[in-house]
Amino acid sequence: MTDYDVIIVGAGAAGMTAAIYTCRKQLKTLVISRDVGGQTNQTNHIENYPGVDPQPGPQLMEKFKANAESFGAVFEYGGVTKVDKNKDNTFTLTIDDGTARTTRAVILSFGRNARRLNIPGEEQFWGRGVATCVTCDAPLFKGKVVAVVGAGNAAAEGALELAPLGSKVYLIHRSEKFRADEITVQKLKADKRVTIMLNKTPIEVKGDKFVTSITLKDTINGKTSDLPLDGIFLEIGSIVDSSAVAGLVSRNEQNEVIVDKNGNTSCPGIFAAGDVTPVKYKQTVISAGEGAVAALECHAWLTGQKGVH
Amino acid sequence: MQELSPQSFPAAITKGPIIIDFWAAWCGPCRALAPTFEKLSHEFSGKLAFAKFNIEEGRDLAVENGVLGIPCLILFKDGKEVDRIVGQLPEPAMRQKIETALKKVR
Repeated sequence: MTDYDVIIVGAGAAGMTAAIYTCRKQLKTLVISRDVGGQTNQTNHIENYPGVDPQPGPQLMEKFKANAESFGAVFEYGGVTKVDKNKDNTFTLTIDDGTARTTRAVILSFGRNARRLNIPGEEQFWGRGVATCVTCDAPLFKGKVVAVVGAGNAAAEGALELAPLGSKVYLIHRSEKFRADEITVQKLKADKRVTIMLNKTPIEVKGDKFVTSITLKDTINGKTSDLPLDGIFLEIGSIVDSSAVAGLVSRNEQNEVIVDKNGNTSCPGIFAAGDVTPVKYKQTVISAGEGAVAALECHAWLTGQKGVH
Repeated sequence: MQELSPQSFPAAITKGPIIIDFWAAWCGPCRALAPTFEKLSHEFSGKLAFAKFNIEEGRDLAVENGVLGIPCLILFKDGKEVDRIVGQLPEPAMRQKIETALKKVR
């Protein structure tokens, strides 16, 4: 007898939607997560989720959680460090507090984490001028000199969000090509408050108690220069940390968990949904839909396997 | 949980050890941290005071205290910063960090 019928790892749009569906199928469901909301939390204004008024991402995610809890989902805060398959085809999940939970099935929906530069000073000045969440921290940089590193939508939109607040905003990118939508790039180029620095990459963050400058390396001629500033926002994409299921499920070169169209991984009984998979479009509504698919597939597998108890 | 204002903040930090959660409603990680912070406030009851400060109520005060990223927990004793914890962490890690910070004032 396991502790749960299904344990869902991660509480973003995919995981919490999966929980709604598994609970409604009368599966005893536990959601383990380091946070509630996942990537949607980084959005200050979500207006493309059908049927709800535009609202902050965290607010929408709290509604997801309340919805899942109303159907009986149990939430625990923590990270899953290891998933083991037992001899009887059940699973044991080890939590970062050293405890373990057993379950008949697992749904992986722990999404992605912000990518770091991994340069000297980055860790030391984390939260002391180095940040990743423009939406969270932009107001603290009012009147200050800040830089955004990256070339995707998050970087471009971040620079545009900071422009009215900062005394000076730089956008730093290692090449000449933007990945952001053309309309956003046009806005960026038209905003005189933003200085775009191309072919530059940060190699060190410097400061005393807080950040005072970054060292940039020119990616073409290799020359270095110091840029005095108060803050640096990293918007350089995200990575998947799927080490907890390494060796148990097939993953691609980006460590994303490979699934079929119904959310089955290579390991029977383990399903995955949302940004942890190679899904091309990272959207709240898509993750929610994938969460529902994985949950229904999980229910079908469990009932086909033993019947629900 | 005591919610401090810019007016009550100075007096609150001059007393015994207190840990203050600088947060904002628009900050997802802050909201995610809230239940953990509330739970830990009960666990540390009698040893460490817990309070919250919404930076929307006093952005200048947050900046004066060097808060450049939220959530940011700062432990004060006798009006001075003893330690700080930046970012949202899982409950066990947060408990351990607070215990480590608290040892610095004992």
